[in-house]
Amino acid sequence: MTPFVVHTGIAAALPAPNVDTDAIMPKQFLKRIDRAGLAEGAFHDLRQDSDFVLNRTPWNRASILVCGENFGCGSSREYAVWGLMQWGIRVIVAPSIAGIFFGNCEKNGLLAITLPAADVAVLSGLATDGDTARMEVDLPAQTIRHGRGETAFDISEMRKTLLLDGKDHIARTLEYEADIAAYEHARRRLNPLLK
Amino acid sequence: MKTLYEKLLDAHTVRRIDAETVLLYVDLHVMNEYTSPQAFAGLHEAGRIVRHPDRHLAIVDHVSPTRAIASLDEVEDAGGRLQIETLAANCARHGLELIDLFDPRQGIEHVVVPDLGLAWPGMTILCGDSHTTTYGAFGALAYGIGTSEIEHILATQTVEHAVLKPMRITLTGTPGPGVSAKDMVMAVIAHIGPNGAAGHAVEWEGPAVAGLGMEGRMTLCNMIVEAGARVAIIAPDIKALAHLNGRAHAPQGADWNALQAQAANLYSDPGAAFDREVALDVSEIAPLVTWGTSPDQAAPIMSTIPEPTSDADRRALAYMDLAAGTPLNTIRIDRAFIGSCTNARIDDLRAAADILRDRRVADGVTAICVPGSKAVRQQAEAEGLDVVFRAAGFEWRGSGCSMCLAMNDDVAARGERLASSTNRNFEGRQGRGARTHLMSPAMVAAAAVTGRLTDVRML
Ligand code: SF4
Repeated sequence: MTPFVVHTGIAAALPAPNVDTDAIMPKQFLKRIDRAGLAEGAFHDLRQDSDFVLNRTPWNRASILVCGENFGCGSSREYAVWGLMQWGIRVIVAPSIAGIFFGNCEKNGLLAITLPAADVAVLSGLATDGDTARMEVDLPAQTIRHGRGETAFDISEMRKTLLLDGKDHIARTLEYEADIAAYEHARRRLNPLLK
Repeated sequence: MKTLYEKLLDAHTVRRIDAETVLLYVDLHVMNEYTSPQAFAGLHEAGRIVRHPDRHLAIVDHVSPTRAIASLDEVEDAGGRLQIETLAANCARHGLELIDLFDPRQGIEHVVVPDLGLAWPGMTILCGDSHTTTYGAFGALAYGIGTSEIEHILATQTVEHAVLKPMRITLTGTPGPGVSAKDMVMAVIAHIGPNGAAGHAVEWEGPAVAGLGMEGRMTLCNMIVEAGARVAIIAPDIKALAHLNGRAHAPQGADWNALQAQAANLYSDPGAAFDREVALDVSEIAPLVTWGTSPDQAAPIMSTIPEPTSDADRRALAYMDLAAGTPLNTIRIDRAFIGSCTNARIDDLRAAADILRDRRVADGVTAICVPGSKAVRQQAEAEGLDVVFRAAGFEWRGSGCSMCLAMNDDVAARGERLASSTNRNFEGRQGRGARTHLMSPAMVAAAAVTGRLTDVRML
C-alpha cells in the first residue's frame, strides 16, 4: 500500500446524501478477477451527464472528494474504492461514511475523514469555487489547509500509523501470531464445538 | 452488565489493537465468486497460505444464471464464468469447501448457510457481502466485509473490528393482516433513515420479534443494513434452536447440549446500556412500498407520494418518474420479482402463493420467482407452490441473486418499473434506468395480479 503523508490537490463537492457503491462502481465493472481497469467504472453512469462535477474543469483533476451524508452505503464491493483510487482520488471527506466502505478505504490507503456537518459545509463551499478548491491534507498534523485557514480532523492511532507507513494490515496482524495461537488453544478447551 | 453484542465481542477478542479496534476471531468465513478473487490474488502475491482451510465455505450465487444449464459453458457472460472458474480453482488449490452451480445445496449464500445449519448461536460469521447480518437472527455475530478483509481472514482467521455502539430496536404489538417482517423493517428504516443505525450493532428485541418465525427474523437482520447497521442480532431462543436442530451441520449429541447451554447465556443483561433505543408498535404499521431510490423513501400503500423535502427527494422522484401527491396504489408496473436473501425463503414463497392461487398475472406484466436456494425450490415444489406460481403466469426459476442486483442475465430495461421483494431500490440496481419499488413478497404478488402497486389486504 502506498503511504499517505501529505496530499495537495483539487477538491470536488459531491453533496448528495446516500451516494451508494452501485453509483460509485456500477455492476458492469464487477465481473473481473483483478483490480485493474476500474478508473473507467468510477461514477460511470453519473459521468454520462456532462454537467457532473468530475466532468468539469478543474474538478476533472480532483483528488479530494467532499461528500454528503452516508457516502458509500450499500454493497460491500471494494471495487468502488479501487476505482476511485485509479481515478485519482486520495481523500474523501464527509459527515458520515458507510461502515464497510470506510474500512475498504483504509485498507487501500485512501484517507477517509468524517467531520461535523458544519465543517464539511465549509469545505464543500470552498470546493465549489474553482479558485478555492485547492487543499492540502496533512495526516501527521491531522489537518486540512485551505483558503479559509485549516480544518482539524480525528483519526484513530491504528489507522494513522498504518496509513503513514503504508503497511499492509495482514503483515501487522501476523505479528500477533502468538496471540492468535493462544486464543485458538484456549478456545479449543473452552468451546469444544469450534475445534 | 453487558449487551449481547458485547458478550459476543468479548468471547471472540484475540487482543485489543487500539482504543476503538479489536482483533476479532472469525469462526466461519463465507465467500462468493465476485468479491473474493482479488483476495486470493493478494494472498498468492504475498506468498501467504490459508490459515484454517476448514473454516471457509464458498458459494456461487451472484452471477449464477437462473435458467437451467447443463454445464458452465452455457453461462453466457464471460466475466461471470471466469469468476466462477476462479473461485473453483482457488478452493481446489487451498482445499476449501465449495458449493458450485451444480451442487444440490447451491443458492444465495445467506439462504444456504442457515439452511445447512451453519449459523450457530454464539459464532462469528463474516462474508464479503453486506447482508451477512442475516445470521444474527440465530444469535451469531455476523457482518459484511470488503475484499481486503477477506484476504485478511484467509491469512489470519481474524479481522480488525472497529467496536460498534450497541443500539436496541424494540418491536411491540401484534401485526395486522398483510403485515410481514419486511414491512416491519421497512417501517423502521423509514423512521430512522438510511443512516439511522450507522456505526451501530443493532439488537432486535420485543414481543413482536419473539412472535416472528426464524425466516421473519432473518428478514429483519438482513435488511436493517439499509439503515447503516453493521451488525444485527437477536438473542437466540427456543425457536432459533429448534430451527437449527437436525440440520446437516448442526451439532449433535453432547455437542448439541453444549450449544444449548451456551445459547442460554446469549442475551443482553437487564439494565445493560444501549447507545440508542428505538421502539415501534407494529400494530400501527401497514404494508409499505418505496417510492424513491433509497430504502427509507417508503410509505404505506394506501397513502400518496409525499412532497419532496430535499434535493435528494426531488432527484429520486425525477428518476422514478413520479409526482408528489400520486396515490401509491395507482402506480402501474411492468415487472414483478420475488427473490433475494431478504425474501426468497419458503415462508416468503408461501405468502406469495397464497395471493396468487386462482389468480392471474395482469396483462403486460412479466413476473419471475427466483427461490433463494435449490433446497427452497425443492421444498416449494414438494408443496405444489411451483404449480401455483406457474398457473398464475410467473416464471419459476433456478436460485441465485438474479434480479436483486442484475449481475446475471436477469436485467430490467431502462424505464421499466418493478415491484420487487428485494432490499435496494438504488438507481440502476436492477438494470440501468430501471425503477424499483420495494415491498413484501405478498405485496409483489398483489401488484403482479393487478398490474399496479396494490394493498394486499384489499384482494
Ligand atoms: S440476494 Fe441481493 S442483497 Fe442478497 S446477497 Fe444476493 S445480491 Fe446481495
